[in-house]
Amino acid sequence: MKTDKNHITPLYVYLGVGAVLLILTAITVGVSYINFGPWNLVIALAIAIVKATLVAFFFMHLYYDNKIYMMVFTISLLFLVVFISLTMFDTLRRGEINKTEAEPIKKEAIIYK
Amino acid sequence: MSNSTSHSTFLAHHFSDAEQQKESAKLGMWVFLLTEVLLFGGLFVFYAIYRSWNPDMFYNAHKFLDINLGAINTVVLITSSVTMALAIRSMQLNKKQNTILLLTATLLLAATFLVIKYFEYSHKIHLGQLPGKFYTFTGVEGTNPHIFFSVYFAMTGLHGIHVVAGMFVIGWVMIRTFKNEFSSEYYTPIEMSGLYWHLVDLIWIFLFPLLYLIG
Amino acid sequence: MLIRLELTTPGTDFMTADTYNQFFTLHGAIMIFLFIIPSIPAILGNLVLPLMLGAKDVAFPRLNLASWYIYIFGAMFALTAIVTGGVDTGWTFYTPYSTESTTSVTTMTMGVFILGFSSIFTGLNFIVTIHKLRMPGMTWFKMPLFVWGLYATAIIQVLATPVIGITVILLILERVAGIGIFDPAMGGDPVLFQHFFWFYSHPAVYIMILPGMGIISEIISTFSHKKIFGYKAIAYSSLGIAFISFLVWGHHMFTSGQSELAAMIFSFLTFFVGIPSGIKVFNWVATMYKGSITFETPMLYALSFLFLFSIGGLTGIFLGALSVDVHLHDTYFVVAHFHYVMMGGTVMAFLGGLHYWWPKIWGRMYSELWAKISVALIFIGFNMTFFTQFILGTKGMPRRYYNYLDQYQPLHGFSSIGAWIVGVGFTIMAVYLIYAIFKGRPAGNNPWGALTNEWETSSPPHPHNFEKQPVLTHGPYDYDKIIAQSTIN
Repeated sequence: MKTDKNHITPLYVYLGVGAVLLILTAITVGVSYINFGPWNLVIALAIAIVKATLVAFFFMHLYYDNKIYMMVFTISLLFLVVFISLTMFDTLRRGEINKTEAEPIKKEAIIYK
Repeated sequence: MSNSTSHSTFLAHHFSDAEQQKESAKLGMWVFLLTEVLLFGGLFVFYAIYRSWNPDMFYNAHKFLDINLGAINTVVLITSSVTMALAIRSMQLNKKQNTILLLTATLLLAATFLVIKYFEYSHKIHLGQLPGKFYTFTGVEGTNPHIFFSVYFAMTGLHGIHVVAGMFVIGWVMIRTFKNEFSSEYYTPIEMSGLYWHLVDLIWIFLFPLLYLIG
Repeated sequence: MLIRLELTTPGTDFMTADTYNQFFTLHGAIMIFLFIIPSIPAILGNLVLPLMLGAKDVAFPRLNLASWYIYIFGAMFALTAIVTGGVDTGWTFYTPYSTESTTSVTTMTMGVFILGFSSIFTGLNFIVTIHKLRMPGMTWFKMPLFVWGLYATAIIQVLATPVIGITVILLILERVAGIGIFDPAMGGDPVLFQHFFWFYSHPAVYIMILPGMGIISEIISTFSHKKIFGYKAIAYSSLGIAFISFLVWGHHMFTSGQSELAAMIFSFLTFFVGIPSGIKVFNWVATMYKGSITFETPMLYALSFLFLFSIGGLTGIFLGALSVDVHLHDTYFVVAHFHYVMMGGTVMAFLGGLHYWWPKIWGRMYSELWAKISVALIFIGFNMTFFTQFILGTKGMPRRYYNYLDQYQPLHGFSSIGAWIVGVGFTIMAVYLIYAIFKGRPAGNNPWGALTNEWETSSPPHPHNFEKQPVLTHGPYDYDKIIAQSTIN
């Protein structure tokens, strides 16, 4: 544990991660010119997540640190996902009751058979 | 950071040792970053919902953003993250001069980001591509094209405010470095500023594809 | 009390409709943002948390002070809003009215934004304090349950409050710059405001109750002179409440026009949120069983809490049932429900904590006789005021109405009398508490014979809380192992 606190990240790690981030940026720009339909969004987000993970792990030191800080960060993302998804259960599924058809009126209820 | 009964001048009196103080600062800063994620998160919800309701309009409207400027800004911020991380590393190695140089580089890159954003904004203002009721541009197909620009200005605007705040924080930490307040033993404020700055970069990493690279 | 006075008879007594709207808006906004949310963490938590942990101070004392100044600054905005025309949208600021109202909505919501920072900083401070500043020997499961309550509260504060921050920013942008996010004419959606608003405001109600529940654990254990039953269950249920509270906000929106799918999901999830609270109530009762119970004022408040919070919580579950809520939404049933949990719950717990720790703060005891009279008046008056409102609600009386049909008048009148009885109770309380500061008999370190760490130090506490660094020697509820001596008679 003591070594974690005093860990000094080697220079090549910072420069290497920086280079990878720039390459990923170029890739994500390039991919956006090709039409993958709805997958464009997925690919763009996936690349962004990889970039974000690199920044968090190496620039923000989460890879080397006590796991508590990673937990704090992950929890924030988790609740953001909860916010977006539960809200979209509403916004994407409006108006459905208008489509419901009532049962035709029958002479007898079907309960008794 | 002055009064203390122990030998070091940076240890606050209610902490028992430097380790506890440093870990407390770090935990505190990460919790603060958590709140920033939720704050921006609200705008991401704004984006997600209106894009899901107006996918074609968003596609049409985003074409008026300059991908090249956006990509350059991304490179600028990533580089500034590298310089920030290296600045902290320099102080870990007790190299005060390098630290100041790298912090300066970070500030210059941040300023570059803002300058590019200024050009982007003024172009939009010129064309009338403004949020909400100020929208007067007519070149976007689809209903309610002002929504895209409302989202764009809200997200990049809030981000820009955080860039400015970050510059103040980095500037302040740089002044304190110059006044010899830090060493390899104690550089926590620089590290905390770094964490904040990396978050600003992180948010842009998501803003860029979501606003500039829509399919 | 003025609201109840106006409502005693139908028609306009001394308030016009617009004035009435302003009154209930300000009552809600001030009570929620300026009183209930900050009160227990700021007033009791700030003092007691470090003492319970054996720490000299919170982790970031200057941030703590900043939190106070920001609170005052935010309160100034609220005050300015009141004197520059008031606000009449209801404390919930629903669009489209809040975007169009000519009242001081922008000023008030700016105040809310600022107050949010105060809350966030407190939450951040408490989280780090609890993680990092516990005394040697105090592991997580040796902390008092009040600390667990504050911890769960702090987690909600930091996660939820930023969202109300962005919500009011968007509302202000809508009012000032017309961005159109909530305006259907511009392709926006007013219901989206409600999602944003309630994503914070539902967890906010748990910010209100969790510290109170923590206090109840302390009081019941101390005055039953018995170890708390189900310590881990209570601790985990606090975290459970914090987590589930983020999943249920749509139950405020059943009749808003959200999709039926969302309504059903939120209703389903809402039933889960009552479970951890129920677990706590069972554990508290089990603590009292075979305990050696004494009925000092804090205990009377705790017992009031048990009764009133149970009613409040149960009626919340009634409202969580989608089909039932369609009839009860925006009626007095809802008003009664939330007053039972916020006042019958949090305020009772707060008053219990105030009376429990008053001797620690000032080093003096208050008059037990007058305190008991006050509890009785408040309890009786409260039930008169608000139980009546359950009935009013089921009979169809809508909320936020200044006028009503004659058939509701007897119940409204009865409710109003109850409110004034509560007022008398509070007045008496103010008198004897302030009197005690100057003339109460000395309390000593530990008037109640309790075992949590704050009772080890002097009353009032030493400037650095303790003379020397305390070390944990026993658990917070080890009444079965240790007999703690009371320092009064």
